Amino acid sequence: MTPALGTTDLKVRLRLEGGWFTVCDLSALLPGRGVAALLPDGRQAAVFADRAGRLHAIDNRDPFTGAAVLSRGLTGTHRGRPFVASPLLKQRFDLESGQCLDDEAVRVTAYEVTAYEAEAVE
Amino acid sequence: MTTTPGASPTIVLVGHGMVGQRFLEALAERGLTATHRVVVLCEEPRPAYDRVRLTSYFSGRTVEDLSLTDAAFLAEHGIELHLGDPAEHVDRAARKVTARSGLVVGYDVLVLATGSHPFVPPVPHRDAEGCFVYRTIEDLLAIEEYARAGAAVGTVVGGGLLGLEAAGALKSLGLAPHVVEFAPRLMPLQVDEGGGAALLRTVEGMGLTVHTGVGTQEVLVGDDGAVTGMRLSDGSELATDMVVFSAGVRPRDQLARDCGLTVGERGGIAVDERCRTVADPHVFAIGECALAADGRVYGLVAPGYAQAETAAAAIAADEERAFTGADPSTRLKLLGVDVASFGDAHGATAGCLDVVYSDSRAGLYKKLVVGRDGTLLGGILVGDAEAYGTLRALTGSVPPVPPETLVLPAGAGAPARLGPSALPDDAVVCSCHNVTKGTIRGAVTEHRCTTVPEVKKCTGAGTGCGSCVKVLGRLVDAELAASGVEVDKGLCGCFSQTREELYELVLALRITSYRDLLDRYGREGARGGDGCEVCKPAVGSIIASLAPSIGAGTHVLDGEQAALQDTNDHFLANLQRNGSYSVVPRVPGGEIAPEKLIVIGEIARDFGLYTKITGGQRIDMFGARVEQLPLIWARLVDAGFESGHAYGKSLRTVKSCVGQTWCRYGVRDSVRMAIDLELRYRGLRSPHKLKSAVSGCQRECAEARSKDFGVIATAGGWNLYVGGNGGATPRHADLLAQDLSDAELIRLVDRFLMFYIRTADRLERTSTWLERIPGGLDHVRDVVVHDSLGICEELESLMAAHVSHYRDEWAEVVNDPEKLARFVSFVNAPGTPDPVVGFVPERDQVKPDLPLLSIGPRPFVETLEGSTLR
Ligand code: SRM
Ligand SMILES: Cc1cc2nc3c(=O)[nH]c(=O)nc-3n(C[C@H](O)[C@H](O)[C@H](O)COP(=O)(O)OP(=O)(O)OC[C@H]3O[C@@H](n4cnc5c(N)ncnc54)[C@H](O)[C@@H]3O)c2cc1C
Ligand code: SF4
Ligand code: FES
Repeated sequence: MTPALGTTDLKVRLRLEGGWFTVCDLSALLPGRGVAALLPDGRQAAVFADRAGRLHAIDNRDPFTGAAVLSRGLTGTHRGRPFVASPLLKQRFDLESGQCLDDEAVRVTAYEVTAYEAEAVE
Repeated sequence: MTTTPGASPTIVLVGHGMVGQRFLEALAERGLTATHRVVVLCEEPRPAYDRVRLTSYFSGRTVEDLSLTDAAFLAEHGIELHLGDPAEHVDRAARKVTARSGLVVGYDVLVLATGSHPFVPPVPHRDAEGCFVYRTIEDLLAIEEYARAGAAVGTVVGGGLLGLEAAGALKSLGLAPHVVEFAPRLMPLQVDEGGGAALLRTVEGMGLTVHTGVGTQEVLVGDDGAVTGMRLSDGSELATDMVVFSAGVRPRDQLARDCGLTVGERGGIAVDERCRTVADPHVFAIGECALAADGRVYGLVAPGYAQAETAAAAIAADEERAFTGADPSTRLKLLGVDVASFGDAHGATAGCLDVVYSDSRAGLYKKLVVGRDGTLLGGILVGDAEAYGTLRALTGSVPPVPPETLVLPAGAGAPARLGPSALPDDAVVCSCHNVTKGTIRGAVTEHRCTTVPEVKKCTGAGTGCGSCVKVLGRLVDAELAASGVEVDKGLCGCFSQTREELYELVLALRITSYRDLLDRYGREGARGGDGCEVCKPAVGSIIASLAPSIGAGTHVLDGEQAALQDTNDHFLANLQRNGSYSVVPRVPGGEIAPEKLIVIGEIARDFGLYTKITGGQRIDMFGARVEQLPLIWARLVDAGFESGHAYGKSLRTVKSCVGQTWCRYGVRDSVRMAIDLELRYRGLRSPHKLKSAVSGCQRECAEARSKDFGVIATAGGWNLYVGGNGGATPRHADLLAQDLSDAELIRLVDRFLMFYIRTADRLERTSTWLERIPGGLDHVRDVVVHDSLGICEELESLMAAHVSHYRDEWAEVVNDPEKLARFVSFVNAPGTPDPVVGFVPERDQVKPDLPLLSIGPRPFVETLEGSTLR
C-alpha cells in the first residue's frame, strides 16, 4: 500500500506560557458548541469553533459559580463579536478577550488558539 | 396613659381597612404627615390588606401578598399604628379617643373608617359551631380550618356578589357548595332577570347548587352543637356541614352613635360633600361606614377611595374637592365567570331602551341601556365582560358605532371591535383612581412611560381592582405607536419576528436548519452570524416540535440541532451548581413496581448518587459526572426504564392519584389515564415546560388544576382543565370541556397542545399564554373544540406525527458511538473526571463539595473571592 503523500490531519492547539499545546482534532469541534480541555497545570480551557471556522479558547471555569462549565454554554454573535453564555447563570463572556459582558469587573483568561496541519502518522 | 399632643396637630384614624390606608396615602401625598402627628387605631391584628381580593387566597395568594402597606411606608411618614387595639370611646367635647388597651389619644381631626360588618339574619343557632361570616382574613382562615377538618358540604346564605365569592371559596376548598338566595335570582343588585338566568346556568355547570326564592329559617345542629343542616322557608331541609352568612353588610357606626354623631335611618354616619360629619366639624367619616351626601352608603372600594381623597383635601384645605356620589360599576370574575354592571344597569332612566344579546348555551348575556338620543347609559355583561373597560368609559356619551355591534360576540356578524382609541380624552379609564384617558396618554407622551408598569406607577391607574389593566395596555400600545415609538416584539437581537411568526415560517417553508432561517429571515446585522443563546434554543425547540412533519432529524443531537440546545438538552440531563448532572428516570403516572424501585436504588448506590423524591412523583438522582451519564442510562434501559425530562421545554410528568382501583371515592382509573397521557406526549418540545395530572374524582388529590392540562374524572367521563400553573404565580386551570370519553379527551389535548405550541411566546407557560392571547379561553375553546379556524385536522396530524416518531433519546445516545463521544469531561483526557466535581457526606448521602469550587486558579477575578462564592 502506498501511503498517500502529504496526508495531513488538522489539530487544534493553544498557546500556553510554556509554548503550544495540542488539545484535539479539529473534527472534534462542532460549530457552535464547545469542548473542555485539561491543561498540563491542571487548569481547564473551553475551546470553541464558530460557523465560519474561527477558533476561540477561554478558561473553562465560570467565575460566578466556580464550576468548570463554560465549554457547555451556548455561543453567539453580539455586535459582530463572538461570545459564550454560561450555562449556569447565563452571563455572557467575549470569546476573544475573556471579558464578561454583564460585569465589567470580571474577566477570564483568553487563549490564543490555532489549527495546524500535523503529519499523518502512518 | 394619656399621650399629650405635642406641638403638631394630631389626626386620629379609626380603622385601618382599605379606605383607611388610602386615606393615609392621601395624607402623605399632600404632605400632611410631615405637619401632623398621625395615629391609627386598627382593630384587626394586621395592617390594611386587599379585602377585594380576599378570595384569591384560595387560589394561592398568600396573606402577605394581600397586604396593602408595609413597615417602610409607615416608618417613612412617622405614622403610629396600633394593631389589635380598636377605638372604644370618643369624647367629642374633650376631643379624645380611648382604645381598648386604655390608650387615650387627643385629636384635632378624627377620621372614622370603620367599614361594615356582615349582616347575619336572626335565625336560631346562627352562632353554632360551623357558622361563619366572610369579611376578614381571620374569617377566611377559620373557614379554611373548619373545612379541612372534614366538612364535605358547605352552604352560603346569600347569592349576591360576596355570597358567590364565598361559594367559590368553598368549592376550591373541596366542598360541595350550596347557595341559598331569598331573591328570585342570583346577584339581584347587579344583574337583571336575564343576566341572573345566564349566571345561574353557568355556576350550576360548575358544580354549585343554587336555591333561589327561599330563605333560611333555622340552622340545625347535632348533639355536639355543631351545624348539621338548615331548614328553609319552603319547609325543606338541607344537610350541610358548615354555613357561611353573606346576606349583606351594615355600616359599623356604633362608635359614632355612642358619641352622638348623626346616623342615617338605615345606618351610616351622615357626612357632607367634604366627608365631614354633619354633627361635628372635627370628625370625618369615609368608606363603607359613611352615609354620603347623596344619601347612599357605598359598599364598593372605588367610592371609598374617592372619599378618602376628599377628606384629605378638606383637611389640607388645599383643593376644592367634593364627594357627591359615585358610579357603582363593578366587574368581577366569579368562579371564572365574568360579570360586570355599570352605569344605569337596571334602566331606571325615563324613556331608555335596552339592547340585549343572549346566548344561554354559551352562558352569555349582555345588555346595554341606551337613552333616546343614543347616549350609552349603562349595562350588564355576564359571561364575557371583555368590553367592560371601554363601555364604562363611554357611558354618558354617544358611542361612535351602533350599540348593538358592541354586544355581539366575535364571529356573529363581524362586530366593531371598538378599541380604546374611540374613547374621548376625558373618559375615565380607571374608576378606582379616577384616571382619565388623557392622563394616561400624557404619561406616555410627556412622562415618557413605555410600559404598563411604568404608567401604573406614574398615574396610579390599574393599581386598584385591576379591571382596567387590559384597556390600559391597549392605550399604552396605541399611544406609543402613534408617537412613532417602534414597539419591538422581536424574539431577540437576531430576529425581528415573534416566536409564533418563526413557527409559521418553519412550518410553511419546511425550514430544517437554524442557520438557514437566520440567514434568510434574521435581522440585517445578524445574518451570517452565530445567533444568540435566546433564539438558538427557541428555534431548536420549534424545529424539534415539527421535526417529523418538516423532515428534520428527530433526535435533539442530530447534526446542527446539537449546537442549538441548552446545556441540559445537550447532555440530556440537568446541570447542577458544581457542574455535575441529575438524572430523573421517567415514571409514567408515578406508578412504579418494586423491582424498578430496587433498580433505581442500586444505580444510585453504585454511582454514589444523592437521591430525592421530587415534587413530580419521580425519583431524582443527583451528582452524576458527564462521563457517567451514558453508563447510568444503559443501566436504566436494561431494566426497562428510560431517563426522563426534568430539563428541556417539554412534557415533564403526568401526576396521578391512586384513583378508582383502590380509592373508595374514585370514579375512574386515573392512573391508567395518566400513564397513557405521559407516554403519548413524552418528548414533545414546546415553548415552555408542560405539566399534567389526572385525579380520580373531584377531591383532586393529583392537583390537576395546577397543571398546564389537568384531567379530573367525573361520573360522566373526564373534565379537561387548561392553563394551570404552580410556581411563583399560581393559577387554577380553567375548564375547557366536560364529561369527555377517553378518545375525546385525547383528541382535545392533542389539539390544545399543538395550538399552544404554535402560538405561544418563548418561555410562556400555558397560563400566561391563555391570559395574553386575544379572546382568552373562549377563543381557545372556539379553535380547539369548535374548530373555528378550521385547523384542527392539521393540529391532530402534527401530533400524530410526533407520537409515531417518538424514540427514547437516551437509549439512542447509548447506541450511537458518535454521540457517545461527547460525553467526556475532557476532550484530550477522556478517562479523567473533572476535578472540580467533588462531594462530601451529609445525612447518609452526598452533597456537592462547594469549597472545592473556589480553590481553582482564577486569574483577574480576585474581587469576586468570598462574595459570590459560598
Ligand atoms: C427536582 C424538582 C424539585 C424537587 O426536588 O422536588 C424541581 C427542580 C427544578 N425545578 Fe421545579 N422542580 C420540581 C418540581 C416543580 C413543581 C411541582 C410539580 O411539578 O408538581 C413546580 C410547580 C408547578 C409548576 O411548574 O407549575 C416547579 C416549578 C418550577 C419553576 C416555576 C415555573 C413557573 O411557571 O412559575 C421553575 C423555573 C422555570 O421553569 O422557569 C422550575 C425549575 C426547576 C429547575 C429545572 C431549575 C433549574 O433550571 O435547575 C430544577 C432542576 C431539577 C434538577 O436539576 O433535576 N421549577 N417545579 C421537582 C422535579 C419534578 C419532576 O419530577 O419533574
Ligand atoms: C370578599 C369580599 C369581596 C369584595 N369584592 C369587592 C369588589 O370586587 N369590588 C369592590 O369595589 N368592593 C368589594 N368588596 C368591598 C370592599 O372590600 C369594601 O368596600 C372596602 O374594603 C371598604 O373599605 P373600608 O376601609 O371602608 O372598610 P374595611 O376594609 O372593612 O375596613 C374597616 C376596618 O376598620 C376596622 N374597625 C372597625 N371598627 C373599628 C374600631 N372601633 N376601631 C378600630 N378599627 C375598627 C375593621 O376591623 C376594619 O379593619 C369586597 C368585600 C369582601 C369582603
Ligand atoms: S382524587 Fe383520587 S385519591 Fe383523591 S379522593 Fe378522588 S379518587 Fe381518591
Ligand atoms: S378601575 Fe380598578 S384599578 Fe383601574
